[in-house]
Amino acid sequence: MSAPLLTIENVAVDLPTPRGNLRAVDHVNLSLEGGRTLGIVGESGCGKTMLSRAVLQLLPKKAKLAGRVIFDGQDLVRLDAERLRRLRGRDLAVVFQDPMTSLNPVLTIGTQLMETIQEHLELDAPVAKKRSIELLAAVGIPAPEQRLAQYPHQCSGGMRQRIAIAIALSCEPKLLIADEPTTALDVTIQAQILDLLAREQRRRHMAMIIITHDLGVVAGRADEVAVMYAGRVVERAPTSALFKRMHMPYTEALLAAIPKLDTAPHTPLPAISGRPPDPTRPLKGCSFAPRCRYAAGRCHEAKPELMDAETPGHRYACFHPIRMAEGIGA
Amino acid sequence: MLNFVVRRLLAMLPVLLAVSLLTFLIASLLPGDLALVILGDQATPENVAALRRDMGLDQPLWWRYLSWLGQVMQGDLGRSFRTGQTVLQAVAERIPVSLQLMLMAEFIGLLIGVPLAIVCAARAGGAFDRFMTGGAFAMLSMPSFLTAILLIYLFAVELRWLPATGYVPFTEAPLANLRFFVLPALTLALAEWPGIMRVLRSDMIATLQEDYIALAKAKGLKPARILFVHALKPSSLTLVTVTGINIGRLLGGTLIVESIFALPGIGRLLVGAIYTRDLVILQGVVLLVACGFVIVNFIVDMLYAVLDPRIRHGHA
Repeated sequence: MSAPLLTIENVAVDLPTPRGNLRAVDHVNLSLEGGRTLGIVGESGCGKTMLSRAVLQLLPKKAKLAGRVIFDGQDLVRLDAERLRRLRGRDLAVVFQDPMTSLNPVLTIGTQLMETIQEHLELDAPVAKKRSIELLAAVGIPAPEQRLAQYPHQCSGGMRQRIAIAIALSCEPKLLIADEPTTALDVTIQAQILDLLAREQRRRHMAMIIITHDLGVVAGRADEVAVMYAGRVVERAPTSALFKRMHMPYTEALLAAIPKLDTAPHTPLPAISGRPPDPTRPLKGCSFAPRCRYAAGRCHEAKPELMDAETPGHRYACFHPIRMAEGIGA
Repeated sequence: MLNFVVRRLLAMLPVLLAVSLLTFLIASLLPGDLALVILGDQATPENVAALRRDMGLDQPLWWRYLSWLGQVMQGDLGRSFRTGQTVLQAVAERIPVSLQLMLMAEFIGLLIGVPLAIVCAARAGGAFDRFMTGGAFAMLSMPSFLTAILLIYLFAVELRWLPATGYVPFTEAPLANLRFFVLPALTLALAEWPGIMRVLRSDMIATLQEDYIALAKAKGLKPARILFVHALKPSSLTLVTVTGINIGRLLGGTLIVESIFALPGIGRLLVGAIYTRDLVILQGVVLLVACGFVIVNFIVDMLYAVLDPRIRHGHA
């Protein structure tokens, strides 16, 4: 088997805050092969966005990053700024969460598309323009030629996210990181954008990381899922294996928190009670233990490491994994 | 866009009207009878009364305002009763000096302030940034008469590179004219750049936190392009405002600098009018300067629209 396209090795991100050191990402190991999709799932503040920023080397200035991010044979953490710049946008692209803020309000859509193409592909303006029009058409924007002269505020949120995707796709990247690409959009648009991403991924044979708080988003779209909690990966598995049988109580709770169509009206959602632990005050035991209904004495004393489940490729970090019989009938 | 321009132009009208009213009131409500001022101590009460009738000073205030406004509308701002020069003549004679001084001062101020702001914002919190922010604060607290004297001492007395005072029109001797203007313009610019730098620096720092700057980095754009294309334009709205205010202020002449460097600008015209109680000149010049200020602000509004398409399309 060839080397994976992306390997995240022991990546830890520390942010200094007035209240002390905040460990946003706590020694995460992940890998992703070319053409495949990895879903990273977790609630707000679990470190999933920080992890993606660590891959992109776009962490806040004060953040401290440890570990290695091997992309296409190069360690991005130690790569010099100029070579990193040539890689970004070309082989490594990103779609941010909020299309209302991720496009520059004072530059036309054409400028923002063409500058990436011209920066990396050394095309002259007419060719870059032609390519931009094709890209906008590919992401489903009607009248793409007229759009080029428009500004972001003249487009709807869904439109803007399509444009952001077109920018990300413009240089045929090997890896696309989509950081909550649908969270800021109307529900009706969400599926369209996700389908667009999946379609373009297959067509271009690129690898993709989808970051989301919604297990439902990754369900049919990711090959593999990593569940993050309090900066750590607490369960990872091939998507089908995970949904067949989840071991980590947190994963179960995440799934249970998704509203279902067939529940009787006025049934309260089984929300996860409590809040994630204060990341500046790390717990001695399992980070989820205070909120976990299965937690026992040991869970408060020691941190469970990732261990192998019966299914190959399925790993989880829990002393009291959910048994089949106790599993939710989701 | 045209709609936007028309709306802004219409919005200027009440402002201009208010400006004219205030100018008129200030001049009219100054203590001292204008007729008495003109005729001097030796005037008989009959002469004074006759002059007051001639000048319409016996009319009620509102009537005097309206008739003055009517004259102004027809381009007649009045005539100095001391020199016989019309206000427009006097201003036309002086405005090139103040205009040139303003342009050179703003140019030098921006030339110093803008690059420093960008460099400081790009490395905010670094040693250079802290040094320049401190330096800017020190410069901001230095009065212009002190700067002027220091510059004269250094460049005119010690180094003998530039003349200390004097003026020739640009059309007569361009090079000599520029040499006369360097020190006064520099004096003003040294007071301008700290404000320019601090405003642009803090706006740039805020802009550099934006998502679209992170995306620009993720797109692999060159750092210079990110700073100058992606960050500078959305950060320059306050800079444009500050520059507009500076220009408006300098348009009215700079009393101290024009006096120290013996430049015959609007500032000295005003001082002269105040000393000689030449109310017609005073009133006319203040009105013109205020109108200039309003027009500069209109241009600033237009520049806003050029810089930010959301304003152009009425979104923000």
